[in-house]
Amino acid sequence: MNTSIQAPHAPMLEIDEVEHRYGARCALAGVSFALARGGFHALLGPNGAGKSTLIGLMTGLLRGQAGEIRIDGHSLNRDPRRVRRQLGVVFQQPTLDLDLSVRQNLLYHASLHGLGRRLARQRCDRELARQGLEARAGERVRQLNGGHRRRLEIARALLHEPALLVLDEASVGLDAASRQALNEHVRALCRERGMTVLWTTHLLDEIAPDDNVVMLCAGSVVASGRADALCRRTESRTLQDAFRRLTTLQDIPAEERC
Amino acid sequence: MLAAYWHCFLGVGGREWRRFVQQRTRFFSALVRPLLWLVVFAAGFRAVLGISIMEPYGTYIVYEVYITPGLCCMILLFNGMQGSLSMVYDREMGSMKVLLMSPLSRPFLLLCKVLAISLVSLVQVYAFLAIAWGYGIRPPLVGLATAMPALLLVAMMLGSLGLVLANAVRQLENFAGVMNFVIFPLFFLSSALYPLWKMQEAGPWLYWLCANNPFTHGVELVRFALYGRLALEPLLWCLGLTVLFASVAVFTFNLQRGQGLARPG
Repeated sequence: MNTSIQAPHAPMLEIDEVEHRYGARCALAGVSFALARGGFHALLGPNGAGKSTLIGLMTGLLRGQAGEIRIDGHSLNRDPRRVRRQLGVVFQQPTLDLDLSVRQNLLYHASLHGLGRRLARQRCDRELARQGLEARAGERVRQLNGGHRRRLEIARALLHEPALLVLDEASVGLDAASRQALNEHVRALCRERGMTVLWTTHLLDEIAPDDNVVMLCAGSVVASGRADALCRRTESRTLQDAFRRLTTLQDIPAEERC
Repeated sequence: MLAAYWHCFLGVGGREWRRFVQQRTRFFSALVRPLLWLVVFAAGFRAVLGISIMEPYGTYIVYEVYITPGLCCMILLFNGMQGSLSMVYDREMGSMKVLLMSPLSRPFLLLCKVLAISLVSLVQVYAFLAIAWGYGIRPPLVGLATAMPALLLVAMMLGSLGLVLANAVRQLENFAGVMNFVIFPLFFLSSALYPLWKMQEAGPWLYWLCANNPFTHGVELVRFALYGRLALEPLLWCLGLTVLFASVAVFTFNLQRGQGLARPG
């Protein structure tokens, strides 16, 4: 479907001077950054930093007000449908139909992306096997635990083979073991399939030293780069310390940000 | 590309069908409601309301025959509103986001939704007509076939109206109140239960309300179609109103982008 060929070095995601307001409250104040192709990228920020607003804008669920977002070289403003084709999303809030079976949820998603029945079934089988859920295919989603539901949402987000997988605080609500398993699972996807993943979180123990990190606070990017480099730059022993130092500098009232 | 749209329609339609099959109580309540009107209320009203010879009936008819098209439309009305309720539910539960992440056009997705709800409604209407047949309400067989496109159009009209309401209602809890202010006036201020000339006797303003009620046009379209007749004026009204409601539904659906779908943070 994708007719344009992107240069291998072109960024997978470009956020360019994006602003967003909720009435008088400024949620994003000229945010700009880019993600290279492939690998695990983390968008960090405390609650209220603007992460979910940014994801809302990237997915087109929020209407853009200023700035531009490009995914795989396609502008969200000019070609939103092509962008949606390139994007797989796992939302913070569960979005599965609990009364449908695991397979039915996947087939519904596949149909919304225009995939034929046969192709959809093949991809369902493939993704369910990858997530270790093939034995649960006929069960209602209501019967799955939180960790398995998240895995199912990842399987669903990958069905249409997106270029960029976005997980918006996907580990929220899971116990420590499930959180770690999910994190490792997504990292394995990056390694094995060369996928580009954007993982948003406020839980810093989910970040590895060699992860690429964008740190958002009070609607602005306060730092970006490898997690270990950020620690060195801020002379911090841990990412938590670096995060605390960088985010406490940005305590600007929401009305004065934009 | 056309195949992608077809697969999408099958997916949306399949989901509505599975929901309908899983919610058996919904099916039974959709059947019991008009059957109560047909068997219990109509028996009482028959004595009070004499129906004279009128179009499209060629002879005197019993009251049950008169209200059958209205009861068919009642099923469509309740189902259309049920469908819109499911849209509000989807929005609250987050599954609306899955629909909105589709790369296919949003007006098409909404059209799929309305058409799928309408087709499920048709199944219920014909189940009701089958029971009514056993009860002695027997329109001509050809009428049962000619009524199908009329029923589908009315279902689309009411389903689109339901979507407009779904877009207007912010929270699930408010939905019951809105429904009371929509379903009951639409149903009672129409020709479903009594002919328009009866309303004329009651008062000119009441007659005006009934004559201009979209539901009246739907009922009359179905009434004539059920006897193999085309009612042109109601048909044009229904077509026009379907386009109007569907356009408003698409417009307000786009307007509400970001409200309740993505949380600030």
